[in-house]
Amino acid sequence: MSTTVEKRNDMEMAPAIYVYEAPVRIWHWINALAITVLAVTGYFIASPLPTMSGEASDHFLMGYIRFAHFAAGYVMAIGFLGRMYWALVGNSHARQLFFPPLFSGEFWKGVWHEIKWYLFMTKEPHKYIGHNPLAMLVMHMVFLWASLFMIVTGFALYGEGSGMGSWQFDMFSSWVIPLFGQSMDVHTWHHMTMYAILLFVMIHIYLAVREDIMSRQSMVSTMISGWRMFKDSRPPKDGK
Amino acid sequence: MTETFYEVMRRQGISRRSFLKYCSLTAAALGLAPEFAGKIAHSMETKPRIPVLWLHGLECTCCSESFIRSAHPLAKDVILSMISLDYDDTIMAAAGTQAEAIIEETIKKYDGEFVLAIEGNAPLNQEGMSCIIAGKPFLEQLNHVAKHCKFIISWGSCASYGCVQAAAPNPTQAVPTHKAIKTSKPIIKVPGCPPIAEVMTAVITYILTFEKMPELDRQGRPKMFYSQRIHDKCYRRPHFDAGQFVEKFDDEGARKGYCLYKVGCKGPTTYNACSTIRWNEGTSFPIQAGHGCIGCSEDGFWDKGSWYARLSDITQFGIEANADKVGLGAAAVVGTGIVAHAALSAVKAAQNKNDTLQVEGSVKEQENV
Repeated sequence: MSTTVEKRNDMEMAPAIYVYEAPVRIWHWINALAITVLAVTGYFIASPLPTMSGEASDHFLMGYIRFAHFAAGYVMAIGFLGRMYWALVGNSHARQLFFPPLFSGEFWKGVWHEIKWYLFMTKEPHKYIGHNPLAMLVMHMVFLWASLFMIVTGFALYGEGSGMGSWQFDMFSSWVIPLFGQSMDVHTWHHMTMYAILLFVMIHIYLAVREDIMSRQSMVSTMISGWRMFKDSRPPKDGK
Repeated sequence: MTETFYEVMRRQGISRRSFLKYCSLTAAALGLAPEFAGKIAHSMETKPRIPVLWLHGLECTCCSESFIRSAHPLAKDVILSMISLDYDDTIMAAAGTQAEAIIEETIKKYDGEFVLAIEGNAPLNQEGMSCIIAGKPFLEQLNHVAKHCKFIISWGSCASYGCVQAAAPNPTQAVPTHKAIKTSKPIIKVPGCPPIAEVMTAVITYILTFEKMPELDRQGRPKMFYSQRIHDKCYRRPHFDAGQFVEKFDDEGARKGYCLYKVGCKGPTTYNACSTIRWNEGTSFPIQAGHGCIGCSEDGFWDKGSWYARLSDITQFGIEANADKVGLGAAAVVGTGIVAHAALSAVKAAQNKNDTLQVEGSVKEQENV
């Protein structure tokens, strides 16, 4: 690291690399908005607001809340499909969320190094162009599968209202509800998984900001502009 | 030859006019087009009665109680005689050896032809000793008869899902019909505690008329009665959509008949026909009487927590909680963790800066030396 030859090579490295293409960025922020709407409206569907006075015909509060929930649900589901498509046609960074290299020893070494970094057991984090291995693992294991679970159970619950014969019922409710035993448990798990996503979001935002400040590359602005900037000129761990 | 249904009805003093009324009402209840009334009448006039064996396991007999109170004009007189109800130990005249002999006789005469109706369920623990019929475990009787029947009707939540006998901790290991029998036979589940009388009679009428099982959903319930939730057809639904709820059972909302969602009504998760057919000659149903649905026709409804709470209990972690308690608790822990971690990160960062400065300082000192 300290030889002058290596240093000269490092200096030739680009100061910024284009990582997240526009569809990934747009999806990220639309999805973030949809999840926020879904979590808030979903909570108020389970625990409704204080009762409205007057005639029933004067109000449609639950109706609007449920409409917002269903609309945001469609946005999330269609966005998820679009994101899946982009994983196939986009750059290699667009695939990380879907295909973490779980069978690579180097990957798990990286995960362990990141854990040590967050436990203050090492002075310096590795530098990555894409996601760090721990982030990749958690995004895949928690965020991706929880989102898919919410989409499937969400449509199953929606199908209960749209009724037998609707495509939502045929494609989702007809097998999801018997799988859980009855509708009540599907509601409970849909509700519980909302909290799993909430925990993910809390940690995700905290660590994105923390990494932006403390790590060796840009974080938050990367998801806005698409460019990853680096704070030192040493080579990244996942460089080619 | 066995009598036809029509002959039985006429013998019981039922006029042809009443008989035709019954046929059209049944067609309507089954959701069939008007021309099916004639079809039903025709099969009633021409088809011999199908023998039915009605067995009772661990139960409270509420299914029978409901059945004999069918508000259908002729049901209480006719349905019971319509089906050749060969064996039903709670209402049959015969008793003891004589009664038990009828089972064997029916099996011999109508092997593979008769319908087996089951009320209640069989306990598996202690080789079924928790339910004894005629000196033998009910489990044995059930398996013996099930082997020879054409298909099975599971009356009520006991036979369909297990109901109260199967609620945790289920000491007798009571199991629903489909888990108790060793032979695989088609099963129609008619859940409810009890099922609605008109639903029971209509299911039987359908079977007799068309000589086949009604269309079932994936859980084995007749679609015509269990395809919609109580919530979907509830007359209080406009109050739900408007956001008007009963907050407590004695509040203004309760008096005005607002939606019972917030006091734990299980209508949105319960598939049954209560809000359309109602009970006791269509008089009322629980929600109309001001109490939320308890979800008695759903699998495991005893073990899902309070009847007055929307969120089911979560007991997997050895504690009593619901999704909100678990979720908000976890969020609080993670939130505290984040704040602590952020604070520690700031301290560490400050320390590292000092260290670097000191190292740089000492290097400079050394250079100076």
